[in-house]
Amino acid sequence: MCGIAGLFARSPAVERELGARLADMLEQLADRGPDSAGVALYRDPVGPGATKLSLLRSGPGAGDWAALAGRLGGATVLADHGDHAILRVDGDAAAARAWLSEHALDVSVIAAGTAIELHKRTGRPNVLLDGCGIRAMSATHGLGHTRMATESRVTTAGSHPFSTGEDLCLVHNGSLSNHNRLRRELRRRGIRFATDNDSEVAAGYLTWRLLEGDTLAQALEASLSDLDGFFTFAVATRDGFAVLRDPIACKPAVMAETDAWVAMASEYRAIATLPGAERARVWEPEPARVYSFDRQGVTA
Amino acid sequence: MSALDTPPVTTLDLDEQGLRAVNRTLQEAPDGARFAVTSPGGRHAIAAGLRSAIEVDVHGHAGYYCAGMNQAATVRVHGNVGVGVAENMMSGRVEVHGTAGQSAGATAHGGLLVVEGDAAARCGISLKGADIVVKGSVGHATGFMAQVGRIVIFGDAGPALGDSIYETRIYVRGAASDLGADCVAKEMRDEHRAELAALLAAAGAPDADPGDFRRYGSARTLYHWQAP
Repeated sequence: MCGIAGLFARSPAVERELGARLADMLEQLADRGPDSAGVALYRDPVGPGATKLSLLRSGPGAGDWAALAGRLGGATVLADHGDHAILRVDGDAAAARAWLSEHALDVSVIAAGTAIELHKRTGRPNVLLDGCGIRAMSATHGLGHTRMATESRVTTAGSHPFSTGEDLCLVHNGSLSNHNRLRRELRRRGIRFATDNDSEVAAGYLTWRLLEGDTLAQALEASLSDLDGFFTFAVATRDGFAVLRDPIACKPAVMAETDAWVAMASEYRAIATLPGAERARVWEPEPARVYSFDRQGVTA
Repeated sequence: MSALDTPPVTTLDLDEQGLRAVNRTLQEAPDGARFAVTSPGGRHAIAAGLRSAIEVDVHGHAGYYCAGMNQAATVRVHGNVGVGVAENMMSGRVEVHGTAGQSAGATAHGGLLVVEGDAAARCGISLKGADIVVKGSVGHATGFMAQVGRIVIFGDAGPALGDSIYETRIYVRGAASDLGADCVAKEMRDEHRAELAALLAAAGAPDADPGDFRRYGSARTLYHWQAP
């Protein structure tokens, strides 16, 4: 099954409490997937020349993130959640990745960019939401996922959202059938994958298209031809938010918007938690149609 | 019956009482009882499994399987509904004063489902005898493998209308540009205009002209396996 949710603020008031609002949505969807949960929030962008990293420790126990930041050089721990952390580093993600792959083999970069912060953990959503203080976080937009694993192991690394390119991340309800072949092709084109998960391939595909110069909407249009399987996607970039369902559309999705926010969720009951939901414009996204929004306005 | 004979409306709030208690009250109510259900909040299975001739108004948006398995009751939703409204309805009447998600009226055996707005994909899938009137448009694969009953669509029909249809009759006023396997346009005879007029009246649209609709049904070529 899986439950997915996305929330995109159109007002400073919603930005201030976006973590709490997205947490409310995700808790409503917990029954759709109790195996693991994840949240990506876009917040507090770092300045030019700096990169924000979301790091996950693959081994048991908490990481000594401050010590790691010290060794990494020019790094600051923005948030320490034990099993994962958000760091700010001078320089680009590639340099940090290279250093980590030499000096911290049990640490993986689960997201990198200027604004994205990625949190994921096995268990029901409240384990993650309470454990990481998601409700206290402001953000411009965010994605959430509750997973019912069907095709790869229940691990933190295998939890959504998946981020494969800078500031890009994706949550997926469904399953892809051509992900193994596509993963091989994308690896040849330089896209990096951390798991055997099908949804990560969808994120990687979009990363590749964006690197080729596509807009988010164009990348999603192209995915309709190249991805085989069932999907409802919610995708975020630094400034954008988009939703796409496959042409068969057997995975559910509801969207809603007001002057203050745009939201999507697997089920309306998640949207019902949002302020002003009863007066929102609510619709079911059509199959194979890209709905995209950016910080400048709506381009559906 | 004077207004004095009309039973009072009992309000059931889902936030206060919870889904199970509200549904149990509705399921055990005697014929003629009237209820207003408030704070639906997109909950699933609201007013499902009703078995007596009661009237229920749901104020707000409902989730999946609203009024599922309905028998005899009249359920009006003043909002949108999610997947599978009135699925497997046996009799009675379900009105959606909003839009409906996928598989509206799936496998329904009897009764009338009226959707004032649009219905998404697979409306009336495997229909087994109920009537469905959608005053907006419908999504793809509407009437898929529909066996008995009638589907009326005021707006447009999405791709693969009536795919692998059996004996359900589909009436469309808007565009039906893509018919599914074995679904064909058929002649509108007097008997069809008459049954459509009755359906339109029952759905609260007596002024709609049956002459504006076209009929679709099975070519019956899939009834028997044909070896190439």
